[in-house]
Amino acid sequence: MADSTLPIGSVIDLTPPSEAYGTWLEQVHSWVVTVDHKKLGIMYVVYALIFLLVAGFEAILLRIQLMVPRNNFISPEVFNRLFTMHGTTMIFLMGMPMVIGFANYLVPLMVGARDMAFPRLNAFSFWMTALGGLFLYYSFVGGVGLQGAGSAPDFTWWGYAPLTERAFSRGHTADYWALALIVAGFGTIGAAVNIIATTLCMRCKGMTLFRMPLLPWLNLVVAGMILIAISPLTAAQIMLLIDRYLGGHFFDSQAGGAPYVWMHFFWIFGHPEVYILVLPAFAIANEVIPVFSRKAIFGYPAMVAASAGIGLISLSVWAHHMFTVGMTSAQNAFFVLSTGLVGVPTGIKIFNWIATMWGGKIRFATPMLFCTAFVVQFLFAGLTGIILSTAPWNWQLHNSYFVIAHFHYVLVGAIIFCIFAGFYYWFPKVTGRMLDERLGKWHFWLFVLGFHMTFDLMHIPGLLGMPRSIYTYEPGRGWESWNMLVSIGGIIQAVATLIFVYNLVYSYFKGAEAGPDPWDAWTLEWATSSPPPEYNFASEPVVNSRRPLWDLKHPEDPDSRYE
Amino acid sequence: MSASTIPLAHGIATEDFAQPYHGTVGMVCLIIAESAIFTIFVVAYLYYIGKSISGPQPREVLELPIFNTVCLLSSSFTIWLAERNLKRGAMGAFSLWWALTIVLGGIFLGGTALEWRKLIYHDGLKISTNLFGTTFYSLVGLHASHVIIGLTMLSIVLIFALAGKLKREHSRQLEVLSLYWHFVDGVWVVVFTVVYIIGR
Repeated sequence: MADSTLPIGSVIDLTPPSEAYGTWLEQVHSWVVTVDHKKLGIMYVVYALIFLLVAGFEAILLRIQLMVPRNNFISPEVFNRLFTMHGTTMIFLMGMPMVIGFANYLVPLMVGARDMAFPRLNAFSFWMTALGGLFLYYSFVGGVGLQGAGSAPDFTWWGYAPLTERAFSRGHTADYWALALIVAGFGTIGAAVNIIATTLCMRCKGMTLFRMPLLPWLNLVVAGMILIAISPLTAAQIMLLIDRYLGGHFFDSQAGGAPYVWMHFFWIFGHPEVYILVLPAFAIANEVIPVFSRKAIFGYPAMVAASAGIGLISLSVWAHHMFTVGMTSAQNAFFVLSTGLVGVPTGIKIFNWIATMWGGKIRFATPMLFCTAFVVQFLFAGLTGIILSTAPWNWQLHNSYFVIAHFHYVLVGAIIFCIFAGFYYWFPKVTGRMLDERLGKWHFWLFVLGFHMTFDLMHIPGLLGMPRSIYTYEPGRGWESWNMLVSIGGIIQAVATLIFVYNLVYSYFKGAEAGPDPWDAWTLEWATSSPPPEYNFASEPVVNSRRPLWDLKHPEDPDSRYE
Repeated sequence: MSASTIPLAHGIATEDFAQPYHGTVGMVCLIIAESAIFTIFVVAYLYYIGKSISGPQPREVLELPIFNTVCLLSSSFTIWLAERNLKRGAMGAFSLWWALTIVLGGIFLGGTALEWRKLIYHDGLKISTNLFGTTFYSLVGLHASHVIIGLTMLSIVLIFALAGKLKREHSRQLEVLSLYWHFVDGVWVVVFTVVYIIGR
């Protein structure tokens, strides 16, 4: 029952605001100087969205180049720069800001707080992240090196030493790359500190840790992982800059340094990073699936425990990226087993999502469509992950397109799908208007089609031996038709994404009025008006269960009776 | 439907609902992140012990900075005394112990500067000389830069205290700051062990 008394009277201040919108300049000024978690969250998400388009465009250029053998659409140098920039951008300028933006907007609302614990640190974190993006993309114009060897980094997003050292990366592209990652890393760590302090210290009355919704819970786990995982990257990048600027020898094999130390340091960051990106996606699914199945989430404590378990295990799996480097059998066995162990908590999560849907009264609105596809695709992605984590298989498939396919299956099939679900689910809260459902369905079906065409089929050239990061290939190896189909799928995804962006803009101006609680949901953010006032809640909410709005809408049968 | 706050209607007792101070939590988070950075530098140091291709080697040039270490570690004690006096409202004693903390930190920093001067001009060990130089200056320098940040913050507090702006009710905030200072001291124990005992 969508209730007419929402937003709840005392939750918003009913006295009319003294002044409406200011001039255009005042508007811009208010965004630049803001410390409001909602405005910063929106800026994070818009920033990430812009880079989604930029890095997506780079991916399309790469795919056009690989469509047919012996293609000369772009030059090899440009190709190297594009796949480096595509990877770096998608991870650091799209993925991280996107999930942090969602957390920024939603965590304080969901725990019933007025803002994050440190609002000014929050603004600082955002602008640091923004500066990181500026540094990275400035390398296109400012990174010119000797004889054209420069202008954007071209050594892949994991930047293996010694390729990034002075001798092999002339000019300043590697410097901009390292600086961008350090600066954006500071922003990320600041945001993580904020999320932890908010969830641990700013919850409203009655919201014990085990009444906290799963989205803040998972973001708490993620923030803890960020503290431990992003810092090693910062440290490694500082070492790289010491090598490049002060003549250090950390990764300089001629002076006794070891490039594979970089590998370890990078993947100590790199693998937890994947979980740092995927757990917030799970968090979105944890909110969307119950609401659209009209059931409380199945196994809430198990979900929390599984998230914490994933967080812990993910810190001990990094060297499964390095089976081909030549480690001892004991090391190989350890990393095979620890990686396999991640499958246990993730399996628990998949079963819980299915059990939540099971017997529910499912409404297939666009957010739920994306989440349903996510559950299936994440299962497949996990299975290819198990394949790759087995050392002997890995020796066969390492650095092949199979790895690319697996990786994108997780990042696109799980993370991007959940992020799209999150957009459709919370856009009404953020803007006060619904996203258009018809365009949403177009977006969903085209994207599913494009996704499966690209990333299902991409496994096959990988199995047939096509290496990753190659500029072009000879005809007659049986890769041609697969590559053609993969590229066409990519273009279909691009079209779907453009429909999505059009939907965002169109619905912002022309969408149907949403009201405070369009989905008949249960968490606190839906108790206030859409968009929420700057102070979120005029008086501090008091909750008695995990689903405060359910209690409010069903006083005869409150959750607090069962928890 | 009630116009009061969200379901107060069937309110279950929510008294004794205590949450930690967000300043402390924030600082602990920062310390965890910093520890991860230090861990990477320490691991690099340990891994590269004895892998330098050319000299000078640690055994030839490093001397145990005992006096420095004593100064830095005792500053953890003086800052604790300062805090205790602030809680009792004894501002004079607070300023004295706080200033002594800064002096002890300053002596440590000066000692490091003298050590580096000797290493650079007398022993010819620079950051680019060999792997030992690279890892040594990075790790000790990373720690020293944390001491500098700590001293800056301590000095700002001292200025406020001398100007009479610091009150008893700020002791919670100062506790957060002293947490950072204890962390800097704690890291020195690790750096000292790794660089001057294991690595020598």
